[in-house]
Amino acid sequence: MSDLPNHHALLLIALAPFVAALFAPWVNRFAKGISGWILATVPAAIFLVLTTFIGDIAEGQTKSFAISWVDGRYFHFPINLSFFVDGLSLLFALLISGIGTFIVTYSGGYLNGHRHQGRFFSFILMFMGSMLGLVLADNIITLFVFWELTSITSFLLIGFNHNKEASRRAAIQALVVTGGGGLLLLFGLLMIFAVSGHSELSTLLTDQNVLRDSPFYLMILLLVLGGAFTKSAQVPFHFWLPNAMEAPTPVSAYLHSATMVKAGVYLLARMSPVLNGTDQWNLILPIFGGITLMTGAIMALRQTDMKQMLAYTTLGSLGMLVMLLGLSEKVAILAAMLFLVAHSFYKGGLFMVVGAIDHESGTRDLTEVSGLRYKLPFTFIGAALAAISMAGFPVSLGYFAKEEIYLLFGPENIWSMVLVLVALVGNGLMMAAGLAIAIKPFFGEKLETPKSPHEAPLSMIWGPIILGVLGFAAGFYISDVGEIFFAPAATAVYAKLVETHLKLHFDPLLLGLSVGTWIVGGLAFYKLDAIRSFLRRVANVWRWGPDQGFDQFMFGLIRFADAVTRFFHHGRLEFYLILVFVCLAGALFAPLVMQDALPNLPAFPNLRFYEWAILAIAVIGLIAVILAKTRLVAIVSLGIQGFAVAIIFLLFGAPDLGFTQLMVETLSVVILALVMTRLHLDQRDSRVLEEAVRDGAIAIVCGFGFVALLLAVLSVELDTSLSEFFIETSVPIAHGRNIVNVILVDYRALDTLGEISVVMTAGIAILALIGIRVGGIKRGIGAAKKRAPKPRTPKKTIARSKGARA
Amino acid sequence: MEIALSFLIGLFFTVAIYLLLSRSLIRMLLGIAIIGNGVNLLIFTIGRVTREVPPIVPSGEYAPLETIANPLPQALILTAIVIGFSLFAFLLVLTYRAYQELDADNTDTMRVAEPEDSPRPPLSY
Repeated sequence: MSDLPNHHALLLIALAPFVAALFAPWVNRFAKGISGWILATVPAAIFLVLTTFIGDIAEGQTKSFAISWVDGRYFHFPINLSFFVDGLSLLFALLISGIGTFIVTYSGGYLNGHRHQGRFFSFILMFMGSMLGLVLADNIITLFVFWELTSITSFLLIGFNHNKEASRRAAIQALVVTGGGGLLLLFGLLMIFAVSGHSELSTLLTDQNVLRDSPFYLMILLLVLGGAFTKSAQVPFHFWLPNAMEAPTPVSAYLHSATMVKAGVYLLARMSPVLNGTDQWNLILPIFGGITLMTGAIMALRQTDMKQMLAYTTLGSLGMLVMLLGLSEKVAILAAMLFLVAHSFYKGGLFMVVGAIDHESGTRDLTEVSGLRYKLPFTFIGAALAAISMAGFPVSLGYFAKEEIYLLFGPENIWSMVLVLVALVGNGLMMAAGLAIAIKPFFGEKLETPKSPHEAPLSMIWGPIILGVLGFAAGFYISDVGEIFFAPAATAVYAKLVETHLKLHFDPLLLGLSVGTWIVGGLAFYKLDAIRSFLRRVANVWRWGPDQGFDQFMFGLIRFADAVTRFFHHGRLEFYLILVFVCLAGALFAPLVMQDALPNLPAFPNLRFYEWAILAIAVIGLIAVILAKTRLVAIVSLGIQGFAVAIIFLLFGAPDLGFTQLMVETLSVVILALVMTRLHLDQRDSRVLEEAVRDGAIAIVCGFGFVALLLAVLSVELDTSLSEFFIETSVPIAHGRNIVNVILVDYRALDTLGEISVVMTAGIAILALIGIRVGGIKRGIGAAKKRAPKPRTPKKTIARSKGARA
Repeated sequence: MEIALSFLIGLFFTVAIYLLLSRSLIRMLLGIAIIGNGVNLLIFTIGRVTREVPPIVPSGEYAPLETIANPLPQALILTAIVIGFSLFAFLLVLTYRAYQELDADNTDTMRVAEPEDSPRPPLSY
């Protein structure tokens, strides 16, 4: 087995679309008309590479590739960029790249001439890469990253027409719903790792009962379902999917029928071996799936917009898939795989057909188009092929999917009997919607449409036709196709070998159920108008739904954010500062109190008289700053405390500090005095008594906090090893006798460089501030006194004195 | 000595915070200058103080002969003084220019960036 090249091919498969997305805008610019065909070679090539895996995978092998990123040896959670392919991944990857090829060419025709077509190609290729990465992912974090990437790229694609509010709303809605589900999924995946210890899906899936036996099983299940149900639009999270039809039709065809919405189904299928078969699984999935199926099928008939009809039938089909997976039975899983592929073929095709009708006739309202079969013959063929498969007529793939579902019908199991009947009615109603789209626009009287209809270009019709033909070809060769594609996929989901033995056979019971479906579908199609008007009357009465709830939620969120912002961000500086200093006091006292480390009252210090004197001068200066009646006195008092600090430095063995401090204080006082005496300001503190008391209390508490902190710190032995190193090495290594200067210019030279840069930056900023004049309108005294004293000159002296010291 | 300095530092912070909480820009500026001194003294005191022996190695020796003042806090403070002065000078000019443009030194009346009647966020997409 020559595994090595395949390994690297996996990485390439996931990354190639992203690389292509980088170049897409240029390709589009230089190859306008045919850019779709050029870019489609990327998914086509991926598809071809994937087909080379088919043989090995069908024999039960898997392929894998891994780049280790965060090693499990150093970090509890190993994170790798790792991929693996088994039957299920391969089936999905083939669908994604195969349908992707048609979608890219289709986009070339559909958006031909659109000014953002290049951007669109970029988005859709990125989405394709995300989706491929998701279905190929092995490491659960890799899985999650690609999962989120599909949400983000789909946000970009749904909001492609960003100048329409409906598009923006739909895009945000899809992002919020699927992103919220993504968060749940992340928790779920992390819990899976915590419980099982497996970070790779490929090993997790072989350890089958590790999650089922865990007490956290239900929580994990609900979290994973939260991710899957939001992504796959199960009721009650379904509302984003019909709204997402605001996206251009290629997006709807690709994301919202064939691929992204199936990501949730993929996740459920992927996790089936370790999660399914329990009572909870077998109850929750069929119920949600069944409700979604009926909701989608019924709501589809209410619509006249063909895209909306398709969206709701997609909803129904997703419900069907979830329901089938929820049965945890071999037949149901095989049926799910068949239905999944059949659905991707016909629904992708139908979306492209509807897009073509819309593009060529200017409308996609079912009641506004009719009689187009001669004008758009090939589109009609594509629609007819898809609708036949959707209705499940032999020998299409849809037929076999339906037959396989009905195999579950047996009197021995009431639950599955009920579900089969639900599936039957759902299938019938969806068939009616499919027939309506394939028949109504093409037969009957020709109606006037906004644009004069003519056949769509090849790039837009080859997709539906080939998908339709494939749907039949797969039906003709069902036994081979079953063994090659569906058996490996179902085996991966069921975790035991599944053999398909699919063939065309006529079981009277199955035939009866099929005929029942066709009768339901035929009747619903025949009475479509009556059903629609009835459903609309119901809808007019019952207006409230999760869609409106979403608006309430979002607006509530905005209002809440506004209220929070206004509460904290009120624009009153003194209250910001009060909050800061109250928190500071808390931060100072809380650790001391909690660790019971509040210092005892120290003994009265024994100082020399001149030391007392200098402390007293500092205190006087500080008090005088506060009590000063005029600003000039306050400034002078500021100088007093500054000089006192300088003398403290001098007295206690720090002459360098003393000199620098002296210089700085002198400059500060001089500049302050020069600037401030030019301003005509209130001389007095504007605080009323209560405010002064409040601020004073906060200040005193903070002050005592610092005292307590200092006393606590001083009661601990000081670690002087660093200082000793400097003292011992100053002369021998750095050849300097002034140890402080040696530290500054030698050991911490880079810091000093930073310091000088700060001084320079401040100087430049000051220069700029003095230079600019806002708005040109001068108000107050500023207009008269343009020449402000510039404190730039003193700054230079400081820098120079620093240099001299060094 | 450290004990006495601790209480002095507490007073530095008290005065500085009281000044910072006043709404007058000039007083806040004084507060900034004082809090800078307080922080410098704090670092100085935490490194323990020694009387009258600067950290200098006498000529001809390879190491100091007697116990000297701790040089590390001094180096840090020297940097801090210079940066503190740069900040002070910048704030001073900023205040001056703010006064020129807004004709006010009371922070309550300086609401250009956060106007009192700022509009509600739009409830749409």
